[in-house]
Amino acid sequence: MAKKEYSFYPGCSSQKGASSSNYLKSANAMCDALEIKLNHIPDWNCCAASIGYAGGGKLPRISLSARNIALSEQAHPNQDIVATCAACWLATKEASERIDHDPQIKQEVVQVLDAANLKIKNNKPVRHMVEVLIEDFGYQALGKKVVKPLEGIKIAGYVGCQTNRPFGIAGESFENPLYLDKLVETMGAEPIKNYDKKVQCCGGALAFSEPEKSQAMIKDIITSAYDSDADMIVTPCPVCQMNVEVYQDQINKKYGTKFNMPVVYYSTLMSVAYGKSAKEAALDGQIIKAKQLEAIANK
Amino acid sequence: MSNTAKYRNDFLKEVEANVEEGEWVKMCMQCGVCAGSCPLGNAWEHTPQKIFMMIRAGKRDEVLSSDAMWMCTSCYNCIVRCPREVPITHIMHGLAHYAKRLGLVPANQPTAKFAQLFWNNLSKRGRINELTLGLGLYFMNGFVEGIKTSIKMQSLGLNMIKTGRMNVMEIFGGHSVKDTSGFHAMLQKAEEIEATRIK
Repeated sequence: MAKKEYSFYPGCSSQKGASSSNYLKSANAMCDALEIKLNHIPDWNCCAASIGYAGGGKLPRISLSARNIALSEQAHPNQDIVATCAACWLATKEASERIDHDPQIKQEVVQVLDAANLKIKNNKPVRHMVEVLIEDFGYQALGKKVVKPLEGIKIAGYVGCQTNRPFGIAGESFENPLYLDKLVETMGAEPIKNYDKKVQCCGGALAFSEPEKSQAMIKDIITSAYDSDADMIVTPCPVCQMNVEVYQDQINKKYGTKFNMPVVYYSTLMSVAYGKSAKEAALDGQIIKAKQLEAIANK
Repeated sequence: MSNTAKYRNDFLKEVEANVEEGEWVKMCMQCGVCAGSCPLGNAWEHTPQKIFMMIRAGKRDEVLSSDAMWMCTSCYNCIVRCPREVPITHIMHGLAHYAKRLGLVPANQPTAKFAQLFWNNLSKRGRINELTLGLGLYFMNGFVEGIKTSIKMQSLGLNMIKTGRMNVMEIFGGHSVKDTSGFHAMLQKAEEIEATRIK
């Protein structure tokens, strides 16, 4: 099978020594197993995520994504843009749509990019990695690559917000998307089908600025996973992963809970199921160790 | 600020002209689904539903100096549920940005401060430096508060460092785009054009 190639937008948090560097590592291992080649957009910049709006107005924020789209067109003219980060995907896709729908914005973006000697056609699909998995491969093909089924592990699929709304994955509902459960099942693990905090917000960037309000929501996300007998939580979003994993000891202190729930990426699960080592699957990036996955990876 | 004086008697027109997606405000039919769908709905001084009505009622200062829209977590629940398809999340971001531009944000509003830190951080080198962003956040309310927060967050920071998800060397600059001059020229141009649009 010929390698599938994509113009890849990795995003700030995926960089070496950054908070979701473990996501990129496991995504690389997963892509290697699936013979996907990720061509990094050269010199990409931050998308402003969903919190840049205090300082950045509409046009400056759209320009950030426009620069990445222009650089992608220049370097990889025939490849779809693919992001692993929910916010990167959302911001880029949204900017692309706004440029497409609004002739005034389009004309302004052309002027703005001219200042950086760039040109934009804006004719590329902007996709999340999960879309690539489901649409370009499909569950059946993804299942065929499994060499170590994740048997006996019960996993709560925490989809969160920004890979689900406002765009979401084609054919899924906003209130109860099923793709993460299906991926879990495809990898041989047991999805928690009645996980009722599946699309609950974790606070996003407000986990930094409004920690108490956000941690109250995170507490419910984890409690619900325990209530439904989950061994771990899986998510497609770097902010969800970080927020739900790293504050568990602070929540334990405040609420007297005893949380110790691993939170992994779908790419972590898939790397392990595809026979990658614990290191390649970035299991050493877990603050709360996913011991069941380690055991399978080390088998 | 003086160039907004002509709107003093018509705040809706001002919002339509100057706030991102503001032209959608009049489409709100006051059903309240946004208020009921917001994960932090209980923390808002005024829910989006109420803000839309307050805009139409000309409550300019009450809206722009409220900390309500700074409670938006960008979860997009309101957008996908709104029966009128009003881009509520964007309007909340737009109102927050406009309030910031006019200097009407309540003092020490934490999300306003953090959101500004985030923008400043990314504008500098084109990519976020998570270490300086985090430190900026801890110290945004002064040195003493900063030390207290740093102590509180110490074990979290150590966990991040141990797992390779934070790098103390980022203090010396960290990740950056290569074409910083092109990047800065682009942002400056975008800000220039944006400024001429505020009427």
